[in-house]
Amino acid sequence: MMEANSFQLFPDQASSIASHVDALYAFLVLVSAFFSLLIAFLIVYLVVKYRHRPELGPPVAQHTNDHGPGSMILEIVWTVIPLGLSMIMFAWGVSIYFTESRPPADSMEIYVTGKQWMWKIQHMEGAREINELHVPINRDIKLTMTSEDVIHDFYIPAFRTKSDVLPGKYTTEWFKPTKLGAYHIFCAEYCGTKHSGMIGTVYVLSETDYNTWLGAGSGEGSMAEQGQSLFNQLGCGNCHPSVVNNQNGRCPNLVGLFGTRVQLKDGSNVRADESYVRESVLYPQAKIVAGYDDIMPTFKGLITEDGMLKLIEYIKSLGTKNGTMTTATPLPVETSASPQPSTHAAAPGKTAPRTAQTPALQPQRIQ
Amino acid sequence: MITAPPVVREKKNYLNAEEGIMSWLLTKDHKRIAILYLLAVTAFFIVGGMFAVLIRLELATPAGDLLDSNTYNKVFTMHGVIMVFFFLIPSIPAIIGNFLIPLMIGAKDLAFPRINLLSWYIYMLAGGFGLFVLVTGGVDTGWTFYTPFSSSYSNGYVVMTAMAAFIMGFSSILTGLNFIVTIHRMRAPGLTWFRLPLFVWAHYATSAVMILGTPVIAVTLFLLMLERGLHIGFFDPAYGGDPVLFQHLFWFYSHPAVYIMILPSMGVISEVVSTFSSKKPFGYTFIAFSSVAIAVFGFLVWGHHLFVSSQSAYAGMVFSVLSMVVAIPSAVKIFNWTATMYKGSVRLETPMLYALGFMGLFTIGGLTGLFLASMGMDVHLTDTYFVIAHFHYVMVGGAIMGYMAALHFWWPKITGRMYSQVWSKVSAVLVFVGFNLTFFPQFLLGYLGMPRRYHVYPPEFQVLNVLSSAGASVLGLGYLIPGIYFLASLKYGKKAGANPWGATGLEWQTSSPPPTENFEITPVVTTDAYEYSAQEVIHVGH
Repeated sequence: MMEANSFQLFPDQASSIASHVDALYAFLVLVSAFFSLLIAFLIVYLVVKYRHRPELGPPVAQHTNDHGPGSMILEIVWTVIPLGLSMIMFAWGVSIYFTESRPPADSMEIYVTGKQWMWKIQHMEGAREINELHVPINRDIKLTMTSEDVIHDFYIPAFRTKSDVLPGKYTTEWFKPTKLGAYHIFCAEYCGTKHSGMIGTVYVLSETDYNTWLGAGSGEGSMAEQGQSLFNQLGCGNCHPSVVNNQNGRCPNLVGLFGTRVQLKDGSNVRADESYVRESVLYPQAKIVAGYDDIMPTFKGLITEDGMLKLIEYIKSLGTKNGTMTTATPLPVETSASPQPSTHAAAPGKTAPRTAQTPALQPQRIQ
Repeated sequence: MITAPPVVREKKNYLNAEEGIMSWLLTKDHKRIAILYLLAVTAFFIVGGMFAVLIRLELATPAGDLLDSNTYNKVFTMHGVIMVFFFLIPSIPAIIGNFLIPLMIGAKDLAFPRINLLSWYIYMLAGGFGLFVLVTGGVDTGWTFYTPFSSSYSNGYVVMTAMAAFIMGFSSILTGLNFIVTIHRMRAPGLTWFRLPLFVWAHYATSAVMILGTPVIAVTLFLLMLERGLHIGFFDPAYGGDPVLFQHLFWFYSHPAVYIMILPSMGVISEVVSTFSSKKPFGYTFIAFSSVAIAVFGFLVWGHHLFVSSQSAYAGMVFSVLSMVVAIPSAVKIFNWTATMYKGSVRLETPMLYALGFMGLFTIGGLTGLFLASMGMDVHLTDTYFVIAHFHYVMVGGAIMGYMAALHFWWPKITGRMYSQVWSKVSAVLVFVGFNLTFFPQFLLGYLGMPRRYHVYPPEFQVLNVLSSAGASVLGLGYLIPGIYFLASLKYGKKAGANPWGATGLEWQTSSPPPTENFEITPVVTTDAYEYSAQEVIHVGH
């Protein structure tokens, strides 16, 4: 728990990954302590035992140095043992990293925009906050992040996780808070004058408290709703159909687009993720969908990073590759005909918190 | 083992062979050029050290009460730029290596004496750019110059600073080139590769890294200058660039540059531990080839700086495993140095105290590097004080301890005088204690999550920061005292003699200070290095 002046030697363990990271840390500390003490002990022992004794006269030549078979065995031993230990560190580190870098599929999504020198946070349901992040306990939470200017880094030590926040690109970070409380958010990538002021607090709330907090939200509607108004305002809908099976032939239908692989004119294909949508809006000529012409104008300068995230959230709400909606676009999309309704198939305008839609993930309350 | 050519009497040496300031500024003698470097590098060390003092003073309290944010950012940037580019990279190679490599291989000078002098002038030109930035207002990008902050947002003298580092690179390249050609072409008769002192092996490996790595940082900084000056988009996404590309290019040089800083120190430790144990280094060939292995693998690990920069996880795995592998040759060296003392005759003279300090601190520095090479661990630790502590254990606990060992070991050879044994031992102990007090608390701060480059920090981090600042004052004292007794030794120190430590290298066979031509008679080598009692195998060349 973050409290002023409370001296600590070890950080709070407040996320599901923290204990795993700490276990690896303990292993690394033990190995390091063992070898440091071993070397220190050997140095002291050898210095004392073989100290120069003037009374014995000049040192006797040692011709039996490193040519014997014993020395080769020693060299092999002190090469192989550290190599073996370091391979454990490698494999263990990789396994934690893959957990840290792969958000669970049904994570609750929150959007983060960094700028000199503040954090702007948008919740799907429409709530917005600055330098504060409210999250429910025991839910997998995925942050999708970008920067308006320089590189920042969203770091929560109590969760043992961080990720750079880059301009022109989306990065993700996920965690599952396991302990109620308030914890530091730090910007960990140097970003200029007030770098050390680009800090904030993450509040881990119980499910009820979180829903109460959300309920007192902005009243501007969900991100998808706001994205839809932006979509209309910018005139995107004039060309891009956003209704199933509507095909006007000029521009790709956006229904069911998100998460699929898109066949491009040049023969390659690309996954329709956040970065793809962003690039298509700002640099439409960069990737032309097969069967279409390069006719879309750029929207660079017409849309903010925050607005872009809303637009993306709207397009996501038009169905994902796991969704039930099929698309009428000529793309070879993975139109998974799964009859199972998915949480992500939510129609635009649906504002209920996602918590209500995922009964399998009902959080266990602590308190 | 080589004979000393019979010492005749007080004779001319390189210091008194010629007089006047121009005889120094136009010298082609590698020993005099080494002295020129010593003066310049020491001046930069003092400036860089003063910035460190400001940092530690500011961080003694959580609030930003001594410096404002912009000033603090400039202070840590200048500390990093000066210490890395103007102190650590040139210190051992350009001073100690310059002085010793020709002596150690029985040559009269480096292969290209004029280019050697040119390297020093290039270094001074780069230093001039650095000083210009310093007095006109500084720069606030951090020594890493990350884009797009440096290219589009910083208000400091980015182009000037980048220019300083860019120019400095040419000095490094020319020095590396000179060393490689010298070591290949100018070894004394009989001095085969496996009779070379390990110091020379270490410098050979270092030179290769200098030549292959430095052009990449030069190109990178040049691109940065183009983007900042002409808005040509390489790195800033606003111009269509990729900011992470800069990090790849920067670390492609700057990680190997860490080995430019540490390998020469390792060479020093091999010489010192052997001499003060009166014993051939255990595992000579393993130590020699471990330097080469570090130089090669050092080029393949840069991506471990980018585990949280959106780099592909699979690329990260390759960088992680190679970073683990590059640690092994360092471990092999530590074990071999330790084993060298076994059945030796160990004397705790000042250079040996620094060498033993190096072994302890570098062990901790190397092991904590494994934390950062382990991907899942690095996500939590990167960009925190854990990284600061780790690289100061390597750079200060390793490279500077090695540099101090070298200065104390070869000072009698360089100046012909002995320094105070008592004061030098006192300051060696102060440096060791002060260093640990300064940097060990920073490991704890890092794990707690304190990010680096923070001007203001939450109050719960204060206790550890105060410990660190207290340690820094002890460390500062430890660096100040040698300045005094070294200077005093020039006037009051007793004459050193050719070989005050009972060492074996060729440099100890000539007088102290050596004559301009190094050896009156070109030595002929008939035995391996480090034969401490092979007095019978003595030959004198012609």
